[in-house]
Amino acid sequence: MTSLLRIDHVSKAYGSTQALDDVSIDIRPNEFFALLGPSGCGKTTLLRSIAGFEDPDAGSITVTDASGGQTDLLVLPPNRRPVNLMFQSYALFPHMNVRRNVAYGLEREGLSKDEIAARVDEVLATVGLADRAKARPAQLSGGQRQRVALARAIVKRPRLLLLDEPLSALDRKVRAEMQLELKRLQHEVGITFVVVTHDQEEAMSMADRIAVMHHGRVQQIDDPVTLYSRPANVFVADFIGSGTLIPGIAEGAGLSALGRVLPCHAPAPVAGPAVVMLRPESTHLTSIDDASRLLDGTVVETHFYGGSTITSVRVSGLQPPVVVRTAGAPRHSVGEQVGISWAPADAVLLAADDGTLAADPGAAV
Amino acid sequence: MTSPDGRTSGRGASRRRALSARAVFAGPGLLYATLFMTLPLLLILVYSFFTRGRFGGVVWEFTLDNYGRAFEPVYVKVFGTSIAIAAATTVLALLLGYPTAYAITRLSPRWRTVALILVVLPFWTNFLIRTYAWIILLNSEGPVNTALVDLGIIGAPLGLLYTPGAVIVGLLYAYLPLVVLPVYASLERVDRQLVEAASNLGASRTRAFFDVTLPLTLPGAMIGAIFVFVPSLGNFVVPELLGGGKTVMVGNLIRDQFLEARDWPFGSVIALFVVALLVVLFALQAYISRRINGRQVSRA
Repeated sequence: MTSLLRIDHVSKAYGSTQALDDVSIDIRPNEFFALLGPSGCGKTTLLRSIAGFEDPDAGSITVTDASGGQTDLLVLPPNRRPVNLMFQSYALFPHMNVRRNVAYGLEREGLSKDEIAARVDEVLATVGLADRAKARPAQLSGGQRQRVALARAIVKRPRLLLLDEPLSALDRKVRAEMQLELKRLQHEVGITFVVVTHDQEEAMSMADRIAVMHHGRVQQIDDPVTLYSRPANVFVADFIGSGTLIPGIAEGAGLSALGRVLPCHAPAPVAGPAVVMLRPESTHLTSIDDASRLLDGTVVETHFYGGSTITSVRVSGLQPPVVVRTAGAPRHSVGEQVGISWAPADAVLLAADDGTLAADPGAAV
Repeated sequence: MTSPDGRTSGRGASRRRALSARAVFAGPGLLYATLFMTLPLLLILVYSFFTRGRFGGVVWEFTLDNYGRAFEPVYVKVFGTSIAIAAATTVLALLLGYPTAYAITRLSPRWRTVALILVVLPFWTNFLIRTYAWIILLNSEGPVNTALVDLGIIGAPLGLLYTPGAVIVGLLYAYLPLVVLPVYASLERVDRQLVEAASNLGASRTRAFFDVTLPLTLPGAMIGAIFVFVPSLGNFVVPELLGGGKTVMVGNLIRDQFLEARDWPFGSVIALFVVALLVVLFALQAYISRRINGRQVSRA
């Protein structure tokens, strides 16, 4: 499939800090794409490089235009790039009302007054702000400002819309609404969305594909389900969702750890020091004498969350407890001896990372 | 709400505490302003309605003649000249000061501090000395004329000194920093993302400046303009030294009424006119700055 936006071996350094380190990403037409990572991972620098507010040291960024031709973005000044950006702070012009804010980009294109008016009306109706056209940004709520910022960007009908932490300034309830709304709008207007976020739930629930970034490098690009169930490395496994990481030595189709061989997803691609990752919902509790059990442990904590229970099990030789999610109410009491099992296909074997797990001293045996 | 020991506590008491805290902070300044600004102003207002004393002071006979006299052509002309000179100074100060302030915001933080110190550096020298320096610069044998003659640009020295132009140059020199500083402050406050947003929406750099930066810094520029216009209007040292007494401005008129003509009531009337003009200008500035920034109903 031809990509809409091709980011090719892009690097950018600020002094000794490598903000972007050989980043290559292909974004497909009409995709909802997320750049996900902790703060300082380079995702915002990448977004600003696409928009033209940062100049990469190396690499290229090209966009495929409507006729199929390739446009090199890096040679264009920001105001000539076929890309619109929704700023994290929204950056609405405080001295213009909603209508003038939205019309601003169309006026710069030199369109006729009638056409501008028609398109502004249309987009204000789309975001549900037709009745607030005369208001100044200072008179709007956070959610309304976010809609104006969105309207101002999509009214230009860009090939590509960049959104920098679009929901971070909103409170929790409005946020959930806007998540759905963004997704609906993306389908409706048929624009490719690239969202920068540090919030994995946001990325998982909205995006078709996610690029996880860390220290200026792309760690993995996949759809949310693959990212969750088949993380490519320890950083992604640790960053996305929760789970238990057991360190050991890769051995055949398993991990040699805790004096036994733990079965893993086959074929295991690594040899040498490795880590197996277990997700809480694919780990099961058994009775202590069950033959299928893979580990023995003692229940140290149970937390009931209404629909499900999180049980923490202390396994001798393993510092952080193994976390198991089961449906319904707790079935084991604290202090009880239990067995732990999993389907080999649900256990992901990963090469032990150089210090990525340092934040978790217990795991780095 | 009553606490166990019987004293009332809660909202009323805390509000009283907040009020008294505010009084402590605002008190000294407020007292100073009342004693040395409001009371003298009231005094001048009272004087303006009475008759002049023979050797200064006032005779307590009510009259409105002082106000009538202010509209005699000779005084109207002084007002006209003063406003024209102060306005020319203000326009020039904005044209020079705004780009200077803009250039300073583009410097690295360290050089920004250096540049701001340079802007206020002239204030470290006495105002009279600085104004005298201009007499030396502008007289017919001074460096400006000598340089122009030597370069062959002019044949004979120009009569630069003792002209309205010299007065404008002197006032501009004295008050230029007063426009640079507020404009710099308002430029610093403009969110750079707003300029980026304009650029992202298709505006060239020039376009983004005129559509976003300039309107948002207009209130600051107007403050700067008032800071230049008002003291220029009231200044009497510069017109006397650089205008050679030929250019009479409102400041000279007020001083002469009090010190030479000993007509305190009429001097008071003219002083009040200047104050009234000032109030109108500040009201205009406040109105325009509210129009630009929109009413702050809710804040994110």
